[in-house]
Amino acid sequence: MSNNVKTFTKGLIKENPILVLLLGCCPTLATTTSAINGMSMGLATTFVLIMSNLVISLLKGFIPDKVRIPCFIVVIASFVTIVQLVMQAYVPDIYETLGLFIPLIVVNCIVLGRAEAFASKNPVWPSILDGAGMGLGFTFALTILGCIRELLGNGTIFSLRILPETANILLFILPPGAFICLGLLIAIVNQFKKESH
Amino acid sequence: MVVALLVITAVSGGLLGLVYGMTKDTIAEVDQKKNAAAIAEVLGTDENSKLETVTIDDLTYNLAYDPQGNFLGAAVKTYSNSGFSGRIELMVGLLADGTINKVSVLSQSETPGLGANMVNPKFKDQFNGKNPASYNLSVTKDGGDVDAITAATISSRAFTGAVKLAYEGFEANKSQFIKGAATTVETPVAENSAETTEGGQDNE
Amino acid sequence: MKYLIIILSTILVNNVIFSQFLGICPFLGTSKKTSTAMGMGAAVIFVLTLATLVTWLVNQYILIPLGLDKFMQTIAFILIIAALVQMVEIILKKISPSLYTALGVFLPLITTNCAVLGVSLTVVTKEFNYGGVAHMLSLGESVVYAVGIALGFALALVIFAGIREHIELMEAPKGMKGTPIALITAGILAMAFMGFTGVV
Repeated sequence: MSNNVKTFTKGLIKENPILVLLLGCCPTLATTTSAINGMSMGLATTFVLIMSNLVISLLKGFIPDKVRIPCFIVVIASFVTIVQLVMQAYVPDIYETLGLFIPLIVVNCIVLGRAEAFASKNPVWPSILDGAGMGLGFTFALTILGCIRELLGNGTIFSLRILPETANILLFILPPGAFICLGLLIAIVNQFKKESH
Repeated sequence: MVVALLVITAVSGGLLGLVYGMTKDTIAEVDQKKNAAAIAEVLGTDENSKLETVTIDDLTYNLAYDPQGNFLGAAVKTYSNSGFSGRIELMVGLLADGTINKVSVLSQSETPGLGANMVNPKFKDQFNGKNPASYNLSVTKDGGDVDAITAATISSRAFTGAVKLAYEGFEANKSQFIKGAATTVETPVAENSAETTEGGQDNE
Repeated sequence: MKYLIIILSTILVNNVIFSQFLGICPFLGTSKKTSTAMGMGAAVIFVLTLATLVTWLVNQYILIPLGLDKFMQTIAFILIIAALVQMVEIILKKISPSLYTALGVFLPLITTNCAVLGVSLTVVTKEFNYGGVAHMLSLGESVVYAVGIALGFALALVIFAGIREHIELMEAPKGMKGTPIALITAGILAMAFMGFTGVV
């Protein structure tokens, strides 16, 4: 039982996909212009992670080894398309803002990476937990980065005004700010990582 | 071996077709609802006015008539492809005399914090109540009367250009609208309203 | 003239890495040495252009007529890209084994390069302004767009590798070593590229 707990929690901090493993950089930089955008992207990716891990784990006996990567890709792409259609229908504003990056979840290294490294070799329930943990860790990181960029660049968090408009540093909402914020965030994580040794 | 791949692809394809079938109506509705909401917002019309829609040259005119058939104005769906990040679409509410009533942004993907601020009243409400006959529809940088968003001149120019396009199209076709000589859409009326308009400025 | 504008705008103004955020993982991963960067850049130019060409054709002549483009697009495109990369690997192994070994592990990694799928999807879903009127890109324009994007990717990669080689020689603070300092450098480079806004 504690093994399963470990499977779930490792994705949150110790092996956080973006802050530690450095996977999934593209959506991280592009969709964190505000807290809600980052969180939505994270949740969409989490859904795909959980579902694709589930299905791939179920099918692991059925998928021949030589064509396993294309098979994984088809499964992942299907769930990504489902997310696309559902978001387009029910949350159209967020769908428009996230734009190209929703279909790009297919090539998010985190999803394919977990399918290959974990789901194809483990039973269903641990695979679900692994997907959930990684996904939530990703969402957590995206939301934090989104909050920081939104606060510094716009003075708001989740559209609630915190700082006066005159304190806005526009750079943080623009591309350079994305790189710089992520770099500093990872630097902070690295600092704590080294100290714990 | 390849069979496994084909089977998975076929099953996925079927599943996706199903989900698509379930969501496509809702997706189509989303656009419709946004349109209707924007028309109501920019024209301020109530349930007593009759609406008609006609498309001329890329712009869609949603014409409003009061119960007597008098032309009230139009909500013009206009656009500009010169936005900083591409296409922007606006709904411009124009009264019968050409005054801009209100503008609503239908879609834009400009930079957040810069061009995306075109949706804020601070920028777009400056057009309210202005008549382009006396109000120069270009940004101050180009010698006009419009206050651009700070550091977002390109977006502001695109916005202003779209409004100008709507106004010019509206003025060019206004005679047609006043007569109510339109086509399409479920709303009845139209033909009879022409006779009763006492405006009759345009002789035809 | 129109093609010149497409090339200029894709390399400098809307640079795929510094403006569109596509292809960041290989950007950070293969920019440690200039030689690796050049190899990766060349491989991406080839695969991206070929992929855009094939996916555009499949979309136009198979997906749209069958009405499948609304929900089979993502699956079809990524499978085509994966297949293309496999094919390129096999052909390269036969034709030029030395080049194949030089590129090494980067070739299969191009499948998961967001830039490849990203560009394929962009050219079939977004309307562009080139030539004045907004329109969906034709085959020729799409291919030129893809070439431009890939050139921009290669340019960014090589510049960055050059800078990173110098950074490695310096003593960065503990937490900043490696990726963080690279990201901040990328941020400064992005600021430089922002200067190209409004050129086209």
